[in-house]
Amino acid sequence: MFRIAQLTKFFTLLSALLFSLSIGSVHAESRTDLYEQLTGAKLSEVVPILKQLEDSRDENFLSLIQEMVDGNLYYDKTTLALRVINKVDGVKIVTDPLTGATLEVETGNLKKIRVNNSVRVYIRGASARVQLTQGNAKQRFGAVRDLFAKMDADTLQLITELRVTESSKKVQGAMDLVIAMDQAKQDADPELRVAAINLLATSLEPDVRNLLTALADPADETIVGISARAAVEGIEGKVAFYNKVDTLFFGLSLGSVLLLAAIGLAITFGVMGVINMAHGEMIMLGAYTTYVIQLLLPNAIDISIWVAIPAAFLVSGAMGVLIERTVIRFLHGRPLETLLATFGISLILQQLVRTIFSPLNRQVNTPSWMSGQLEINPVLFLTLNRFYIFVFALLVFVSLVVLLNKTNLGLHVRAVSQNRNMARAMGIKTAKVDALTFGLGSGIAGIAGVALSQLTNVGPNLGQSYIIDSFMVVVFGGVGNLLGTLVAAFTLGIANKIFEPITGAVLASILVLVFIILFIQKRPQGLFPQRGRAAE
Amino acid sequence: MTTLTALLQHQIFKRSSEPGAAVMPFVVLLFGVTLFASVGNLWFAEGSLFYVSTYTITLLGKYLCYALLALAVDVVWGYCGILSLGHAAFFALGGYGMGMYLMRQIGDRGVYGNPLLPDFMVFLSWDKLPWYWTGFDNLAFAVLMALSVPALLAFVFGWLAFRSRVTGVYLSIMTQALTYALMLSFFRNEMGFGGNNGLTDFKDILGFSLQSDTTRVFLFATTAALLAIILVVSQAIMNSRFGKVILAVRDSEGRARFLGYRTERYKVWLFVYSAIIAALAGVLYVPQVGIINPGEFTPINSIEVVIWVAIGGRGTLIGAVLGALLVNYAKTRLTAIFPEAWLFALGALFVLVTLFLPKGLFGFFADMRARFARPSVVNPEETR
Repeated sequence: MFRIAQLTKFFTLLSALLFSLSIGSVHAESRTDLYEQLTGAKLSEVVPILKQLEDSRDENFLSLIQEMVDGNLYYDKTTLALRVINKVDGVKIVTDPLTGATLEVETGNLKKIRVNNSVRVYIRGASARVQLTQGNAKQRFGAVRDLFAKMDADTLQLITELRVTESSKKVQGAMDLVIAMDQAKQDADPELRVAAINLLATSLEPDVRNLLTALADPADETIVGISARAAVEGIEGKVAFYNKVDTLFFGLSLGSVLLLAAIGLAITFGVMGVINMAHGEMIMLGAYTTYVIQLLLPNAIDISIWVAIPAAFLVSGAMGVLIERTVIRFLHGRPLETLLATFGISLILQQLVRTIFSPLNRQVNTPSWMSGQLEINPVLFLTLNRFYIFVFALLVFVSLVVLLNKTNLGLHVRAVSQNRNMARAMGIKTAKVDALTFGLGSGIAGIAGVALSQLTNVGPNLGQSYIIDSFMVVVFGGVGNLLGTLVAAFTLGIANKIFEPITGAVLASILVLVFIILFIQKRPQGLFPQRGRAAE
Repeated sequence: MTTLTALLQHQIFKRSSEPGAAVMPFVVLLFGVTLFASVGNLWFAEGSLFYVSTYTITLLGKYLCYALLALAVDVVWGYCGILSLGHAAFFALGGYGMGMYLMRQIGDRGVYGNPLLPDFMVFLSWDKLPWYWTGFDNLAFAVLMALSVPALLAFVFGWLAFRSRVTGVYLSIMTQALTYALMLSFFRNEMGFGGNNGLTDFKDILGFSLQSDTTRVFLFATTAALLAIILVVSQAIMNSRFGKVILAVRDSEGRARFLGYRTERYKVWLFVYSAIIAALAGVLYVPQVGIINPGEFTPINSIEVVIWVAIGGRGTLIGAVLGALLVNYAKTRLTAIFPEAWLFALGALFVLVTLFLPKGLFGFFADMRARFARPSVVNPEETR
C-alpha cells in the first residue's frame, strides 16, 4: 500500500540510514571529539553534530540533550569539557555530565551552550527516538505518548517499523494508536479510516479526542464523519463517567479530612458532652509539630512523617489533658461556659503560635513516596497524598473503634458516657477517664493536623477553618456515635464536591451548611440518634 | 421629688438578680455623659479644659453601639439561656442596610462618577442596580429594611430551631454556622454588596456631611438616647408577665412547658426582639465608623460580644452594657500599646471569667454587697 509520498519518505529515511552507517563506526575517542566540536560550534552546526552523537548510540546522549534544552549545559572555556550547572536552593552546583560527578569549579570560566528553535525541535524528536529505541517499556510508552501531538512523517515511519519488533503490549497499543491516528486523518480508503476511528474510539487520550472531534464535522455525511461522531460521543460518555469518579474521589478525600478533624470532637463531645472550641487549635498544634519535626530532621523528610504522627498525638494529647485538668473539670455540667472557656483557650493558643512561629504560613514538605499521582487512565488521576490520607483516616477510625470497643479504657469511657454516676458507683475513676478521653480526642486532632499539613499550608488559623465543619459533621452524624461521624463526614465531603462545579466552592459550602441547619430541624439527634437508656 | 428619690432608691437597692436593676441611675448617668461630651465638643474650643475631641465622640458612639449589641445578647442569653453565637449576623445585616442607604447618598461623587451605581458595581461592569437595592435612597425605608430583614431572619431561624426544641450547645453551634454562612455569602462579589471590601467611602446622611462635628455629635447622642430607651423598654419587658415566663423557660423549660406555656413562642419573640436590637446597633454603628464589610460576620465577633456580657454579668441588662464599654475601652488601650497581647488578654478573660466570675462583675459586686450588708443570710443560688 505504499503511496508516492510514503515512498519518498522511505527513501529519505533510507538515505539517512546509509549516511549514519557510513559514520556508524564512531569510537569513544571520536565522541570526545564531537563533544569538543559541540562547545565551539555555531548554532547552525549544532544539529549535525548532535545527529552524529545520536547515531553513535551514545549512552549519555539523552541526558545531555535534555540538560541542553533546559539551558543547563555549559562548557569550560580552557579545557573544553562539558559541564552541567544546576541550582539547588539557590546554590549553583557544577557536575560532569559524562561521569555525573560533582565538581568544585568556579562558574566564572563556564560558558553556556546556546540553543535555538531548530535545535529544540531536533532535540525533542531525538529524545523521543532515543527513548523509543533504547528505553525500557515504561520509557518507550511515555515516549510514544509524548509524540501523539507532534507526529511527523519520519517519526511515524520509525514507529511503524518499531511496532513490528515491539514486545510490550502496552507500548504496542500506544503505537497502534499513533498509526491509527494517521490513518484516520488521511488514508485514502474510507473503510480503513473507519476501522482506525473505531480503534481510536477505545482510547481516552486527549490528543486522540482532539483529532476525532476535528473529524466529527456535523456536515460530513460520509461514513467517516458518522463513525467519528459516534466515536466522540462514546469517548465523551466515558470521560463524563471518569469525571464523576474523579469528583467522588475528591469528595472522599474531603470527607476523610473532615472525618479526621471531627472524630476527636466526636469523642470529647459525645462522651463528655463538652464542646471544645479549642479543638481546631489541637489540629493546628499537630500540624506545627509536623513542621517542627521536619525542621529537626531536614535530611529525612520521608521518615519524619512517621515520627510526626506519634509526636503530634503526644503534643496535642498532652495539651488536651492539661486543658481538661486546669479548666474543663471545673465547669462540669455547664456546657455553655465550657464553650466560652475553651474558646478563650483557642484564642490564647493561636496567639501563642503567632508569637512563636510568626503569623505567616509555613510549608511542610510532602515525603517523596506521598507525592505524585496514580494514573488510572489518561483522564483519571488520583493524587497520591489524598489517597494515602483517605487510607490513613480509615485506619485511625478503625483503631479508634477497636480501642473503644475492645479495651478496658474503652469500656470505661463508654460506661462514663452512658451513666456517669452509675459508672462512678461501680468504681470507675471518672476524673481519670475524663482526662484520658479528652487527651485521646485531642491527640487524634493532632494526628489530623499531620494529615492536613500534607494538603495545605500550616498557619495559626488552620484549625479555625475546620472547627465549624467538624461540628457540623458531629451534629449531622449524631452525637456519641462514631459510625454516624464516618457516614456524615463522607456524605458532607461528597455533597460538597458534587455541588462545587455547579455552584462554585463558596456557595457549595453555604448550601451544605443550610442543608444541615434544615436537617437538624427534622432530626435534632442527627443521622444515628442514640437509643435506649444511653439517650438521656 | 420624693417619689423620684423613692423610685431611684428602689432602683439602686434592687437585688442584682432582679431584672433591670440599676437601669434608672445608669440612664441618668448616660444622659449626663452624653450632654457633657456633646457640649464639650461643640461649644468649647480646642485646648479648653472641657473640650472633647471628635475622635473621642466617635469612639464613645462606637462603644455605645457595642453596648447595644451586648444588650441584645444579654436579653436572650441572660434571661432565656439561649446562647447565640450569631448575633454579629443581625448586627452586620443592620449595618449593611444602613450602608446601602449611605452608598446611595454618594450619588455621582464616587471615583467613577456614575450617578446611579456605586463604585464597586461600576467596577464589576453591572449596568443597573439589583432589584433589592430599590428604595434604599430613602432613609426611613432603609432603616425599616435594616431592622425587618434581621428580624425576619431571626423569626425564621428561631421558629425552626425552637419548634424542634434545639437547645443548648446545639443551638449555639447552629447560630454560629448561620453567621458563618452569611459571611461566606457576603464575601462573594455576585451578592451585590461590595464583596470583600464591603461598603465604604460614605459622604453624607440626610444631606449632612458625615465628617462634620455636628453630625457626629448628633449620631452619638442618638445612639445614647436609643440605648437608654432600649434599656428602659427591656427592663419593662423583663418585669412583665412575658418576662417572668421567659425566666421560667430559662430555669426549667420542661416545667414551663408542662404548665401549659408554649415556650417556643416566647422564645421566638424574644429572639426577634433581640435581633432587632442588634440590627439597630448595626444601623447606628455604620455611619459612625464609616465602613461595613463581611468581616463583621465572622463568628469570633459574635463570641466576643458574649464575653462582654459574661464579664459585665448576664441577666442584668446594665452588666452587659458596662461589660461592653469596659472591654472595648481596654481593647482600644491595649491594642494601641501592645497589639500582640490583646488576644492573650481576651483569651484569658474568657477562661478566668467563666471559672471565677460566673455572674460577671456586676454579680460579683452585688454578692459582695450582700455579704457585707447581711452577713448572716445565706444567698441561695439563683441562677445557673
